[in-house]
Amino acid sequence: MNLDLSTSRGLMVGLLPELVLTVWGIVLLAVVAWRHKTPRDLTLAGWITLLGFAASAVAVWWLWWNRAGATGPTPMVAVDDFRYVADWLFLGAGAFTVLFSFAYLERESLLAPEYYVLLVFATIGMMLMAGGEDLIVIFLGLELMSVSVYVLAGVDRRSARAAEAALKYFLLGAFASAFLLYGIALAYGATGTTNLTQIGTQVVSLGLAKSPLLLIGLGLLLVGFGFKTAAVPFHMWAPDVYDGAPTPVTGFMATAVKAAAFVALARVLAEAFGATATWHNIVTGLAVITMIVGNLVALAQRSLKRMLAYSSVAHAGYLLVAVSAGSPEGNAAVLFYLAAYGLTSLAAFALVAARGRGGESDLQIDDLAGLSTDKPWLAFALAVCMLSLLGFPGTAGFIGKWYILLAAVTAGKGWLATVLVLTSLISAGYYLPVVMAMYMRPVPFANAHAGLKFGRLGLLALAVCIAAVLYFGIQPHRLLDLTQTSGAAIHPAALTTPVAGN
Amino acid sequence: MYDHLVLTVLLAWPLVAAAALWLVAQERAKYVALLAALVEFAVSLPLWWRFIPTGGMQFEASVPWIAGWGISYHVGLDGISLFMVLLTTLLVPLSVLGSFTYITKRERAFYANLLVLTTGMIGVFVALDLFLFYVMWEVMLIPMYFIIGIWGGERRLYAAIKFFIYTMFGSLLMLVAILGLYYIVASRTGTYSFDYAFLLSHAGGLGSLAWWFFGAFFLAFAIKVPMFPFHTWLPDAHVEAPTAGSVILAGILLKMGTYGFLRFALPFFPAVALHPTVQAVIVTLSLVGIIYGGLVAMVQPDLKKLVAYSSVSHLGFVMLGIWALTLQSVQGALLVMINHGLSTGALFFLVGMLYERRHSRMLEAFGGLARVVPLLATALTIVSLSSIGLPGTNGFVGEFLILIGAFRTYPWAAGIATTGVIVAAMYLLWALQRVIYNKLDKAENEHLPDLSWREVAVLVPILAGIFWIGLYPKPILQRMEPAAQHFIDTVRPGAQAALR
Repeated sequence: MNLDLSTSRGLMVGLLPELVLTVWGIVLLAVVAWRHKTPRDLTLAGWITLLGFAASAVAVWWLWWNRAGATGPTPMVAVDDFRYVADWLFLGAGAFTVLFSFAYLERESLLAPEYYVLLVFATIGMMLMAGGEDLIVIFLGLELMSVSVYVLAGVDRRSARAAEAALKYFLLGAFASAFLLYGIALAYGATGTTNLTQIGTQVVSLGLAKSPLLLIGLGLLLVGFGFKTAAVPFHMWAPDVYDGAPTPVTGFMATAVKAAAFVALARVLAEAFGATATWHNIVTGLAVITMIVGNLVALAQRSLKRMLAYSSVAHAGYLLVAVSAGSPEGNAAVLFYLAAYGLTSLAAFALVAARGRGGESDLQIDDLAGLSTDKPWLAFALAVCMLSLLGFPGTAGFIGKWYILLAAVTAGKGWLATVLVLTSLISAGYYLPVVMAMYMRPVPFANAHAGLKFGRLGLLALAVCIAAVLYFGIQPHRLLDLTQTSGAAIHPAALTTPVAGN
Repeated sequence: MYDHLVLTVLLAWPLVAAAALWLVAQERAKYVALLAALVEFAVSLPLWWRFIPTGGMQFEASVPWIAGWGISYHVGLDGISLFMVLLTTLLVPLSVLGSFTYITKRERAFYANLLVLTTGMIGVFVALDLFLFYVMWEVMLIPMYFIIGIWGGERRLYAAIKFFIYTMFGSLLMLVAILGLYYIVASRTGTYSFDYAFLLSHAGGLGSLAWWFFGAFFLAFAIKVPMFPFHTWLPDAHVEAPTAGSVILAGILLKMGTYGFLRFALPFFPAVALHPTVQAVIVTLSLVGIIYGGLVAMVQPDLKKLVAYSSVSHLGFVMLGIWALTLQSVQGALLVMINHGLSTGALFFLVGMLYERRHSRMLEAFGGLARVVPLLATALTIVSLSSIGLPGTNGFVGEFLILIGAFRTYPWAAGIATTGVIVAAMYLLWALQRVIYNKLDKAENEHLPDLSWREVAVLVPILAGIFWIGLYPKPILQRMEPAAQHFIDTVRPGAQAALR
């Protein structure tokens, strides 16, 4: 199916998933305007959100199934596999977040149905970031997402920590957006366009690869994206915000928000700056310090939530390795790793969320002592998460890491792959103590884990996550094929050739 | 039918059995585990007769796994892995039987871990795809980590994490080397494949990269063996692990290191491995291991630690035998790998039995046991003598072959290694004297029960093996000779071509 994106009909079809979700978001807004008093209303809003995500995912599937592609002049939105797979990632992460939120919101008595509305709008923003073929579209998507997530981080109005997290996130986020916008402006100044493909063509045809204006613009763009992906040295906000936000929101930020930033970054670098080799070294440098700092600081954490927050910085480093490869394999590895990390991370944060008592961020790693005797299945689930985050064979995390290493080695960066494996060895130092506490230490006192409660839906979602982590660890080819074709879908304009099939 | 499926069954059955363990009651778990392990042994036994010594890789099975990356499930067996697999399937049921009274908490989980470990170990020995090999190599870490960490001694947490991190450090570097090799071969031939034979046939001419790759493989395997400066995890892990864990660690896990050298590091990078400098370094480290391991063993007050350090010494012999690269020395190395599994395995069992009776492993706690527990004392004497290498026992044949073989390549090194045998006699005989001879001067030791039938059943198969190999090693040597020769033929020309 070929869409002519210069006509409004073609554009509508191309944007179908976003439109479906937008309409649904407005419907949801109308519903919660009338029904926002009881926990039942909250559950209703949650279900409507889930349906919305499902409908949008079906729309994405429909486009993918019909192999929608674009004809005619360079469009504002991309219609390619890279976008579809990324959309599924966001929608899936959103849906899991909803499932984990049901019990959480009720227990913390966060009677705020806006929660779900914000979740929907944040997801729309992400989808625009993944589909933006123009820096302005990407920026709009990013802002829509960010503003929604700033509010989500502070949705628990009674918590001072959440307020601090939200404010910090907002201030630094606004700062990052300014960098990004200024970078866009400079890139526009150098090339005369904000369209990614056209920037790519201009750079080649006008010989701008060494133009200072463009390079400064690129640098500012990287700073902006560095903030959003929480790469060192732009990561300062991440641990505090992750720690202070309600845990399901933290899970959403660590997976979907991060995924959106990475997907947009990969697209911008591949399509607009494919001919500008400078960024390879910058991204490689960012990757190295992010891996080292993220892992070392995580090593020092005693609180499980903070440990996961810092480890998510380390994972951003691994993802940057894949980005720095600057190849189709690298971009495919980004998608695969985001999927693997997303599933694992959502499950891990869900387990932290389930442990509530009002302040689950105080959950120390040692508090898990003896969990395996009291709740063997939950301990097993968390152990699988830890091993997957560690990149242990048999889990999706391993295949993801393998893919990143493969991309790095293929790009001739064997040393970067070595840095990756050595820093992930450090991560054994903080993931294993969790396993150790659960399995090798005795229960400190009777009913120590009685507070660990899951709703039925949350438990189901957790089981699905864990099953998927294990399944993709052993039989990854479906997901691999999907990400492989998607990774090849974004490329510099000069190389644009019709790709047969998908 | 049997030939095609046997390895797959050997890999799958322990997993099935481990899952089935959760269906039975906690106190029945050990019987079910024993039955499962015996079935595994029975399935593996016909390999001994069906194996054709000159047949190269046999019992192969290959199914595409992750086709996009050229990964397949490819397993096979040759004269090197045959014995490792049989040793594994023999030691596992004995370990289960030996744990009946030792393991008293969370039995189901313990035996399930032991069975999963079995799959991992056999997988390492039969994998003919480097991805599969790496996965198996890592997978077996987890059950061992749990076995040490949950059922181990007082410092178990420390020992478990040390074991895990040491092993993982080496294997992660190996992972990068595997990927690098894969990519370079693919860019040369256009075929993306992790297949062992394919990569092996295109691994030549890597230039300086071969040094890096060899270094990574070397680290992974040297830590596992363990060679001298990388051995510090071993005493901790062995001492803290429960008896069955120590038996498996010493009996099989250490052999994965030497097996890795035989299967991967040397055949892939012969030019580097046989470079004069590398040779000198490795032979020196082996010698240091032989002597140092023995000397440190001599001063240990803890019997289990003594046995643990003796492993460093024995494995030094194996490394020397492999690097000497003569038919005798390589066969000797293979034989010592088996012997060490039997003798040291038995020693750990016996130490465990003493510990269960006396709740101490200190040499000074014992004395004069020969009169109290004659059967145990006899077994300990025989096993110690076999570990020393007394003629008539298995230890003699293996070390003798290594020494003769090594004399041809490194006369001075073989000379030094011979003193290692003497050191072994010193520490083991001295320990023996303090434990079962001397005066029976401690009241606690006067009423120790002798071996039960169960314990006899654990030891008899091992003792039989010790004497069989000691007196009539021909069937074994016959089966390993073509494989050893093939190994030498693969490694030597590659090295010579590079030196020219």
